[in-house]
Amino acid sequence: MTDAARDVGTAGEVIELEIPARAEFVALARLVVSALAASDSNLADERVDDLKLAVSEACTNAIEAHGAAGSSERVLVRCKTGSEALEVCVEDRGHGFDPAGLPDHPPVTDPDRLKFERGLGIPLIKALVDEVEFSPTADGTSVRLVMRHGVNGSEPS
Amino acid sequence: MELGLDVEERDGFAVLSVRGEVDVYTAPHFRERLIELVSEGKHKIIVDLEGVDFLDSTGLGVLVGGLKRLRSHDGDLLLVCTQSRILKVFEITGLTKVFSIHDSVDAAVGGGSDGGSAT
Repeated sequence: MTDAARDVGTAGEVIELEIPARAEFVALARLVVSALAASDSNLADERVDDLKLAVSEACTNAIEAHGAAGSSERVLVRCKTGSEALEVCVEDRGHGFDPAGLPDHPPVTDPDRLKFERGLGIPLIKALVDEVEFSPTADGTSVRLVMRHGVNGSEPS
Repeated sequence: MELGLDVEERDGFAVLSVRGEVDVYTAPHFRERLIELVSEGKHKIIVDLEGVDFLDSTGLGVLVGGLKRLRSHDGDLLLVCTQSRILKVFEITGLTKVFSIHDSVDAAVGGGSDGGSAT
């Protein structure tokens, strides 16, 4: 936490949104973060879209974690603007999970690849944002997404 | 926020045109409609994503599930998509190699699994 201010450069504003942990509110979180990102003239449109998708994935995971834990708490989306980056933290109060424990998907040419309808969210987040950090909190997981200024859009491989 | 899901017949294909945002909230409707089509005996399905404004991994999951279901019936699921921000989601996840993606419904109908690929 102490590094957060340095990470985004000179601190700007903090914008917080709490959403009920229900599927219909993911669109709202996406809308708020993408509107904020779009107002950041240092982020190209393509990068705003990337962040929007990453936030959608993180909020979806948070809501599913709440569902699995039977938690009626809200999901917190905290945005920090700064001179060097835009940071978005999505904090759930589910039971937490181990991102390192995710199974590796078989190669796409393997017919078994079709068995994996889920689990694409975390790889997407990792590919879309400049930095991602999953941290356990007292009662859940915090996912920190960072979009740095002056970085070109990710080129799909 | 409602997802638009319109179906029309084209040369032996059922064309499912999706409009709106496909996410964790709307994906179940999309999944149900696909499953409905398969159970009606439509085993050659084209999913037209040109009207989709947003698609995340839950939408990808529906498409992967649909493809799997159709292949088990010796059918196929073709995609129509030219929007770079939507194609990017398929590219990052490697699913461009799993799906046959076309520039238009015409190209999908004419090209089967091999021709008219957008990528």
